[in-house]
Amino acid sequence: MKKILLSSIIIIVGIVFIGRLSYLQIFSFSPNQVLEDPAIKAIYDYPERGYIYDRDGALLVANQPAYDVMVIPREVKPLDTLEFCGLLGIEKEDFKSKLKKARVYSPRLPSVLVHQLSKEDYARLQEKMRKYQGFYIQKRSLRYYTTNSGANVLGYISEVNEGDLARNPYYVQGELTGRTGIEKQYEEVLRGRKGVKYIQKDRFNRDIGPYKDGALDTLPQQGQEIRVTLDKDLQEYGEQLMHGKRGGIVAIEPATGEILAMISGPTYDPSLLVGRQRSKNYSKLHYDSISKPTWDRSILAEPSPGSPFKTLNALVALEEGVISPSTTIRCYNGFYVGRTLRGCHCGGGMRTMNSGIYNSCNAYFAGTFRKIYDKFETTDKGMDVWEKHMKSFGLGDYLGYDLPTGRKGRIPGKEYYDRVYGDNRWSSSYIISNSIGQGEIAATPIQLANMTAAIANRGFYYTPHVIKQIGGKDISIPEFTEKKKTTISPQHFDPVIQGMADVYTKGTARWLQIPGIEIAGKTGTVENFTKIDGVRTQLTDHSVFVAFAPVNNPQIAIAVYIENGYYGSRYAGHIASLLIEKYIKGEITRKDLEKRMLEKTLEHEYAKPLSGEEFKINEYVW
Amino acid sequence: MNMSGKSILKRIDWLTVLFYILLVGIGWLNIYSSTFTENNPSIFDLGQLYGKQMLYIVVSFAAIIVILALEANSYERFASIFYIISMVLLLGLFVFGKTIAGATSWYDLGVFNLQPSEFAKMATALALAKYLSDIQTDIKRWKDQLYAFLIILIPAFLVIPQPDPGSALVFFSLVFVMFREGLPLYHLGIALLAVLLFIFTLMFGTTWVAIGISLLIGIVFLFKRKKLKIPLIPLFVFFIIAIGFSLSVDLVFNNVFEQRHRDRFSLWLRLEKDPVKLAEIKKTIGYNTYQSEKAIESGGFFGKGFLEGTRTKGDFVPEQHTDYIFSTVGEEWGFLGTATVVILFTLMLLRLVYLSERQKNQFSRMYGYGVISILLIHYFINIGMVIGILPTIGIPLPFFSYGGSGLLGFTVLLFIFLRLDANRLNEWS
Repeated sequence: MKKILLSSIIIIVGIVFIGRLSYLQIFSFSPNQVLEDPAIKAIYDYPERGYIYDRDGALLVANQPAYDVMVIPREVKPLDTLEFCGLLGIEKEDFKSKLKKARVYSPRLPSVLVHQLSKEDYARLQEKMRKYQGFYIQKRSLRYYTTNSGANVLGYISEVNEGDLARNPYYVQGELTGRTGIEKQYEEVLRGRKGVKYIQKDRFNRDIGPYKDGALDTLPQQGQEIRVTLDKDLQEYGEQLMHGKRGGIVAIEPATGEILAMISGPTYDPSLLVGRQRSKNYSKLHYDSISKPTWDRSILAEPSPGSPFKTLNALVALEEGVISPSTTIRCYNGFYVGRTLRGCHCGGGMRTMNSGIYNSCNAYFAGTFRKIYDKFETTDKGMDVWEKHMKSFGLGDYLGYDLPTGRKGRIPGKEYYDRVYGDNRWSSSYIISNSIGQGEIAATPIQLANMTAAIANRGFYYTPHVIKQIGGKDISIPEFTEKKKTTISPQHFDPVIQGMADVYTKGTARWLQIPGIEIAGKTGTVENFTKIDGVRTQLTDHSVFVAFAPVNNPQIAIAVYIENGYYGSRYAGHIASLLIEKYIKGEITRKDLEKRMLEKTLEHEYAKPLSGEEFKINEYVW
Repeated sequence: MNMSGKSILKRIDWLTVLFYILLVGIGWLNIYSSTFTENNPSIFDLGQLYGKQMLYIVVSFAAIIVILALEANSYERFASIFYIISMVLLLGLFVFGKTIAGATSWYDLGVFNLQPSEFAKMATALALAKYLSDIQTDIKRWKDQLYAFLIILIPAFLVIPQPDPGSALVFFSLVFVMFREGLPLYHLGIALLAVLLFIFTLMFGTTWVAIGISLLIGIVFLFKRKKLKIPLIPLFVFFIIAIGFSLSVDLVFNNVFEQRHRDRFSLWLRLEKDPVKLAEIKKTIGYNTYQSEKAIESGGFFGKGFLEGTRTKGDFVPEQHTDYIFSTVGEEWGFLGTATVVILFTLMLLRLVYLSERQKNQFSRMYGYGVISILLIHYFINIGMVIGILPTIGIPLPFFSYGGSGLLGFTVLLFIFLRLDANRLNEWS
């Protein structure tokens, strides 16, 4: 025992040491430690963020320099605080508390003392900066907008948060990333890649030369400029027309699927989210839960589409052969579901498909809808066929466009009704509202615009998209350049389009015809409800309009959705008509129409449910 | 009298010499790495620490020649004188000592600073060996045990006020020599038990320790009492003493220890759970350990390469060229390097055990054990501290750490034994 005591201890110590060392150096070791190593500091070289141009090459988004006043607390020497505060434009108390905060964060690392000086302040300060030791000015790059519109579709950039840092190892604290819209969708293209230099530091945080002689350093990769499909003039004009109104507008070029304009009302000036007032403005916009300016209604609002949906039901009925364009159905100023009469505004009488469309006859399409279902032995079968046709127009599911948010809309299938009514406990009468685009159907404005483009193209569409060129080269993304065919044969489109054209010549929008342009469209007036103190209350109808023009060589397809705008031919119809004229002619000839839209607001409608008093809806005067 | 007629060079244990040269060589490379600056090309530049260390190595080699040239029995003969001189030198520190880094452990000799405790270790090992090997000493006797302990305790108590508790521990380690020579092992058992009780009390509290001991005794009592014939009263006395010890640990820890001591133990035993306080400890009292652990960890399996250690270059580990030199090995040479060093130390110590056991002369064997004890305790505490399994106790890594007195002290310590070993065949002539 006494002879082997020391030997045993020596061997045990050796084993313990090897065990501990293998734990430290083999199991705890992670090879990617360069960034965690306190001895190595990474200095980043940020490339300039790519510019954004509109479809014709007009600049939308550029960059501007901003100047942050930085401080390294332990290098600060006694100074004339009063004069310095004067130059910075801040209070002395504010200055002191900021300096203290910086010191608490780290005495030797730089902190921001004053964010984003204006150019004028910068010019004044720069000359005197030498006097103030421990302070310096750091240049940063901010977005600069040459337009005051498109805030939601363009999106904004902001500092990365914990989530971004956890998701993407590229980013480090304090960097900027695209947060919404195009800025988010094309973040990597616009951003480029930062360059990095690794510097060896000692424990006093002093630089003592490049790490590994710069072997791991990289050069920055420039951000690329992009050209988007938006038309700056159309976008700006659309937002002017939306003054005082809530809703969404999407305009698409049918031949390519390019999105010409994406308008959400109310909106805001994108410049508000840049610069010194950013956080103040952001809270104001973000917490406006009533008009929700940051909520992009053009892709997020999901109203029932209303009467424009009749055109699709007509197409389905034609395709299934249950009607022909000359099939007539009588309108009794409404139609019967069982014994109850559902109303119709068309004037009544015998309707053909053509007049059914242009006068927006509910009875005609209720009848048509029944015929579709009657063709099949079971409603389930009829439902499947109907659903398949509807979905081929890009309804009821994400469209696949290149923006970071969206909604599916809803094309209810048999599962949906089985759930609501029970298996086999419903028939076409239960879902008759779907015939006129009410009921359970929901579609976002961009889905409506896409559906209109598919009609304009006589049976196909391209997935809507906003990207046109990256780094000066046209995109070749198959998703956006391949035709998506609908399930409706091309020959069935012409009679329906004729009906839509007649909407302008003799139907519900005959006051909105554009001189010299043959145009096809469809009005929609959508009942809608809200809850006031838990009571389901009807509000003034939404005004919906879809249109495309010219009829025989469509250049623009548009969907306009105006909350509580009443008749489709009122707000939505006017705005659609003006936007089409603006896009095709470049100018507006009907100044009175334009004046009316620029001036009229719906604020009084929006105030009604909030007033706490009883109110009337769907008032005739406007 | 050299009757074998063979040169000392033929009889010296070259394997140990090889281990020695390897350790000193690797040590110097790491001192070079942790102290070099890019504009100093010469390895003999005396303005640089690595240059000075090179000089100490040369001086040590010269000392080796002198040691080997002297008669083997002169060490035994002069052991008492060495011991007395060392104690006087340690005493003299109270009057003439020079304070470096808070410890009054040096004499300022103008050209260099001398640390007498490094030589006192060797002298104490010699003195203890001489006393125990005396024909009249019987380690089984109470009085002789006391004298032997005194030889160890005198230098230990002289270095504690410097303060240099690390060196005091080194002197205590010489009890292993006494165990080898017949001091009953239950002394060691009791000491180990006390250490375990101390740690368990800190980790789990007196209550749980008491419950644990009761359970243990209960089990023994129920199942084995008749076989082992353990009398009831001593068992009860043991129980009372253990609980009393556990209680006093609590008391001493919270009332006698200073906060920095408590923090060291908190860090070592992972007692502190509050992340804020833990971060604070890591920045202050545990800074060295934390940085050295991180440096070693960042080396990985293969290391970053010679002179490529970023934390070494950045001087993140304080005292890296002295007590924390092993972290440089860990960062630059990785697991391959650290394992090599651990294996070298293990082999060298085992070789020394083998050499000691083959001595016919009791003095040589006991001195050999003294050498092993001193080297082992340095190696164990130093590396244990650097890799974070022992609390911070500042003692150098033999042959590795920067420092002239240390290197010379360890060299003399080792080579006196090699000189004795080389002479073993002549003992009875």
